[in-house]
Amino acid sequence: MALEVLGFDMNRKPLIHPYIPNSVPATKDEMLKEIGVRNTEQLYAEMIPERLRLKRSMNLPEALQSELDLRRHVEGILSKNKTCREYLNFLGAGCWQHFVPAVCDEIAGRAEFLTAYAGLGYSDLGKYQSFFEFQSMIGELIGMEVVGVPTYDWGSAAGHAIRMASRMTGRKEVLASRTTSPSRLSIIKNFCQPTAMPSHIDVGIVDYDRKTGMVNLEDLKRKISSRTAAVYFENPSYLGTIEAQSPEICKIAHENGAEAVVGIDPISLGILAPPSDYRADIVCGEVQPLGIHMHCGGGLSGFLACRDELRYVGEHPSFLISITDTEREGEYGFGQAKYDRTSFMVRENAKDWAGTTTGLWSIVSAVYMALMGPKGMKEVGEATIRKSHYAARRISQIKGLKVCFSTFFKEFVVNFDGTGKKVSKVNKSLLKYGIFGGKDISEEYAELGQSALYCVTEIHRAEDIERLADALAKMVRK
Amino acid sequence: MTDQVKLRRYQAPVWTEPIIMEMGREGERGIIPPPVEEKIRKAVDEAESYVPAGMRRKEPPRLPELSQPHVLRHYLRLSQQTLGMDLNIDLGEGTCTMKYSPRVNEELVKQIADVHPLQHEDTIQGILEILYKFAKVFLKEISGLDEFSFQPGGGADGVYTNACVIRKYHESNNELQQRNEIITTIFSHPCDAATPATAGFKIITLYPDGETGLPELEALKAAVSKRTAGMMITNPEDTGIFNPQIDEMTKIIHEVGGLCAYDQANANALLGITRAKEAGFDMCFFNLHKTFSSPHGSEGPACAAIGVVEKLAKFLPVPIVTSDGTKYHLDYERPYSIGKTRDFYGNVQAVLRSYAWSMCMGAEGLRETAEVSTINQSYLDKKLLAIKGVTRPFKFRRVDQARYSVDKMKKDTGIGTDDVARRMVDFGVTNYQTSHHPWVIPEPFTPEPCETYSKADIDYWAAIIEQVSKEAYTNPELIKKSPHNSTIAKMRETAFDDPEKWAMTWRAYLRKRKQK
Repeated sequence: MALEVLGFDMNRKPLIHPYIPNSVPATKDEMLKEIGVRNTEQLYAEMIPERLRLKRSMNLPEALQSELDLRRHVEGILSKNKTCREYLNFLGAGCWQHFVPAVCDEIAGRAEFLTAYAGLGYSDLGKYQSFFEFQSMIGELIGMEVVGVPTYDWGSAAGHAIRMASRMTGRKEVLASRTTSPSRLSIIKNFCQPTAMPSHIDVGIVDYDRKTGMVNLEDLKRKISSRTAAVYFENPSYLGTIEAQSPEICKIAHENGAEAVVGIDPISLGILAPPSDYRADIVCGEVQPLGIHMHCGGGLSGFLACRDELRYVGEHPSFLISITDTEREGEYGFGQAKYDRTSFMVRENAKDWAGTTTGLWSIVSAVYMALMGPKGMKEVGEATIRKSHYAARRISQIKGLKVCFSTFFKEFVVNFDGTGKKVSKVNKSLLKYGIFGGKDISEEYAELGQSALYCVTEIHRAEDIERLADALAKMVRK
Repeated sequence: MTDQVKLRRYQAPVWTEPIIMEMGREGERGIIPPPVEEKIRKAVDEAESYVPAGMRRKEPPRLPELSQPHVLRHYLRLSQQTLGMDLNIDLGEGTCTMKYSPRVNEELVKQIADVHPLQHEDTIQGILEILYKFAKVFLKEISGLDEFSFQPGGGADGVYTNACVIRKYHESNNELQQRNEIITTIFSHPCDAATPATAGFKIITLYPDGETGLPELEALKAAVSKRTAGMMITNPEDTGIFNPQIDEMTKIIHEVGGLCAYDQANANALLGITRAKEAGFDMCFFNLHKTFSSPHGSEGPACAAIGVVEKLAKFLPVPIVTSDGTKYHLDYERPYSIGKTRDFYGNVQAVLRSYAWSMCMGAEGLRETAEVSTINQSYLDKKLLAIKGVTRPFKFRRVDQARYSVDKMKKDTGIGTDDVARRMVDFGVTNYQTSHHPWVIPEPFTPEPCETYSKADIDYWAAIIEQVSKEAYTNPELIKKSPHNSTIAKMRETAFDDPEKWAMTWRAYLRKRKQK
């Protein structure tokens, strides 16, 4: 009687589920007998007070246990999406459409990597070696000696980087460029805490030059002080601009005893200078361009790197995989370096926290970097910058359209003020042509008027750009 | 026990694979990126001219140069040297819920691979529908809470985001300055202490009563005050013990004006049994890569689904998926929101898989998941406690997992839990999870035999532990020198804490090796 009250129907038909081997009643009975109880309800009754029990069955949709039924059902829902395979895509703004080699997909789907988790180097050596290779190849691209396992995304890497700098310097202010991605800035602000918290870090914004889109050095000099823990800027910035003054920004930071923290899109580094060249101290960025599908934003994965000095390493929050040797000659092993920094060791006294992030994407991006090599990285950088400049030129030929800044890598700002049209309207119309127009940034950067952030990468062909230009031209004429 | 179970001979793949940085030959290539067509080449200048002089790369990055088959071969070999859950009885990784990730879901995920998150709402109605329904149909019913976000990128990120919500709530009441303490327990996951600390809170940790393993209500009453911002706690804790006074604890927190956040990383055996709502929680989170079958992916991408009661909904990260009955929308107009803790909408592929898994389960299947998990736990418990040198502190029956100790084995033989973990790999299983630190229970280990594992699997896994116990008592040297059948021999671990020796990149390794 009491058992039925607790949602336990003694007469229910057994459910034998393909994912649950012990759902076979005879097996369960055998095990219950071994345990020494009559039924599962007796087990739960020992553990969970009746007042906390859900006294009914859950009210959920009917199960689709047939795999084909399930597949049809979910595919039916997903068919309401359009993808960037069907539409021509010019959206970027933090998640970018680049070419993904088939070998990346093959390794991403390997059951061993896909379903491994926290096993140590003896059961999961290949996972750790892949992490080490990810760290090593990112290290080559950016010119840094310490790279950790990946973070959730660029924004969280930037947040950790700024907190590292604050702990290192004992200072409570960061100056971030206004051309930082607004969502990343929101993530950073959460990391820096509200003013009411005693350990709050003040986030000051450094303006940009309206003509070039680059950091306004005068504003930086005006705002920086002995309170400043870090100067944070992005390269290329959210607005797509290459920060030509990177060495000066780092110099200004250093002259004031602050750490120079830069956020990077690593696919640019076949042609752009590594941050070590301009003396950045802490480097973060986004891994997704390196062989990872966009997955509606689920492809993001950040990296966080620093100098190989104890004062940096000691403040790095993530797992850091170090190479070592074994008791067998000529064999490599891998394990956690300076583990006593992490929350798994010292809980609230840790450097921020460590945990499950985006391991699989770091393996996939390692495959990508190994496939590309130095030549591939150079070529993808060259193809991207030439194609984006071609697109910008084509677009600026259209009456009423203006490209705002001239020094950019793969993204550029297109201003629509001369057309008298709103970007949101233009983008809605572009959909009819099977085109995803650039991201509407007119609210994020009101001072730029009705503007959109267009992204052109190595995947775009001349005919794609013509198609966009034609559609834009038609719309402007309307 | 080993009378019935015959342990198989096992040998892990050994490829002695070099580091990729040592491989290949100058000039080899793995892939050709898309070319720049003649039309574009003619119209624009060389790439270099678009890069400011000081920002041009002078030296090419020292990436390896390999042909495509060799890159594939290398990473296939590394995959073979990784013992994923699919290949073994991976029930030793407690708190991780190493359950089967159905393959059909991987096929479904491919269909959103090339979707951009900023596409117009009209073109991602399918994804928005899944996000909406998994929240409002499934998680709402499973937890009893009202509004959800999938933005956090992992379990700890979920706890962190909940800490940010608690912060925002008190800030909106102008009480944040005063309320800066979060209470947790030592057997709650370390992220329940570390992430609210990162969010700026002071952490108060309750330790268990020596008899029951549970925090005492009196200790909680003594810890709360007008400084209490909230409580962040697991239940069952990582010991597998369900705290039967949990509703009294949430009441004590509420009485002083704090919020209660439920870390449901250990929810697998509670689906359809008991919920966050009835225990009095204001917030909760589920690991979709654990309880809801999304693959663990060598430590992610993962997803924490965070849920809150109505009064906290306005603080959730932006955007929230809403529905007007005909269409789904992304709502950014939420002035009280904490903003963002991860870009875009989170790992939506994990939500898609969880939706598919839950649809395949239904209410009855979810309940079966819970019941079989708890049967498996009690069954394994019986097997393990029969093994010499294995003990389990605290009397309560465990829900989904249990924290055992080989302290007796260590005292008897010198073989401790790290040794057992290393040796068990020789039998073709992933090493078990010992415990996060500090080890309150000495020489701990924490298996979690979730519903994926058969009776025979559990028998086999227990037989491995029994075999290692026998070896400990008869031939401890064998264990000390292990592993023997793994990919590599025992590692020299001194490098890991020595700044002169550790190397997180190949370039650091080369420099330090030269200096030696």
